[in-house]
Amino acid sequence: MDSMTIIAVASIITAGLTIAIGSIGPALGEGRALATALTSLAQQPDASATITRTLFVGLAMVESIAIYCFVVSMILLFANPFWNHVIAQAVGK
Amino acid sequence: MHLSPDEIIFWQYGLFKLNATILYTWGLMCVLVIGSILVTRKLSVDIQRNRWQSLLEIIVSGIEKQIEEVGLREPRKYLSFIGTLFLFVATAALFTVIPGYEPPTGSLSTTAALAFSVFVAIPLFGIEASGLGEYLKEYLKPTFIMLPFNVISEFSRTLALAVRLFGNMMSGTMILAILLTITPYLLPIAMSVLGLLTGMVQAYIFSILATVYIAAATRANKPKLESKVIRQTSPKSSLATSHQVENKTPSNG
Repeated sequence: MDSMTIIAVASIITAGLTIAIGSIGPALGEGRALATALTSLAQQPDASATITRTLFVGLAMVESIAIYCFVVSMILLFANPFWNHVIAQAVGK
Repeated sequence: MHLSPDEIIFWQYGLFKLNATILYTWGLMCVLVIGSILVTRKLSVDIQRNRWQSLLEIIVSGIEKQIEEVGLREPRKYLSFIGTLFLFVATAALFTVIPGYEPPTGSLSTTAALAFSVFVAIPLFGIEASGLGEYLKEYLKPTFIMLPFNVISEFSRTLALAVRLFGNMMSGTMILAILLTITPYLLPIAMSVLGLLTGMVQAYIFSILATVYIAAATRANKPKLESKVIRQTSPKSSLATSHQVENKTPSNG
């Protein structure tokens, strides 16, 4: 296997693994946050505006971890610097 | 399939490139400014008012209420900055219904610029509220060993703001592009509706996080007692006490 094949295989596998493993944690965390928010809404419905707003802010902070994993995965697939370098070398030959 | 609208270049002259990001950003700015000028030319305070004026009033008073609920006591001072952030990001996401349009917030340049403006605004508002010395002393709380961690957290908050917005917008357009090559008709419509929803939520998140950071910077050095006193003299309770005073005086007189 020459270096071009190795780079392609590694990038594709890593991109898939990144987004697969990287979205487990945020999903679990968001589920727990949502469950707790629903419990506190049931206990104090008149504070629903504050609870909802804080819930959304917290969910966005947790979601950004999954977004980082997605961005890394997209970079590996579509803007991969190692792949571009190897392709430029192959075209140059 | 491109990663960001920076790669679509309409016109180039030497080093200056007119790419899709700049074009759509200026287009959004023109729409917002000209629309607002047209609506606010004849403001009225009667019962009968223009529906566009009502729309602008809903938006402005909604943002003002949110700023106040987060904890900033004079929302008018911060309304222009935070309102601009919200309106820009929200309309950038909203106009994806127009075919051929790409949101400029799907480019890391735009979101980095927005996050940098928040990064600069937080110390400015903090120093304006409490003075330079008091603001710098905040970095030494709770102990002076926390100084590097506080500084690092400033930078990481800014980076997180930029990458969060970029990731959400870019993922919306990218998933739409991928789905268009697979299943042309029904699924891209559902995904574009989801993209609209996440765009609105991300606009709200960006502006609320900026508000929370500014509130933390301007409020942190006020003593706890004063903040409790101000909370007790909030408009609702002062209205209640004035009602009690008015009810008492006729019976006394």
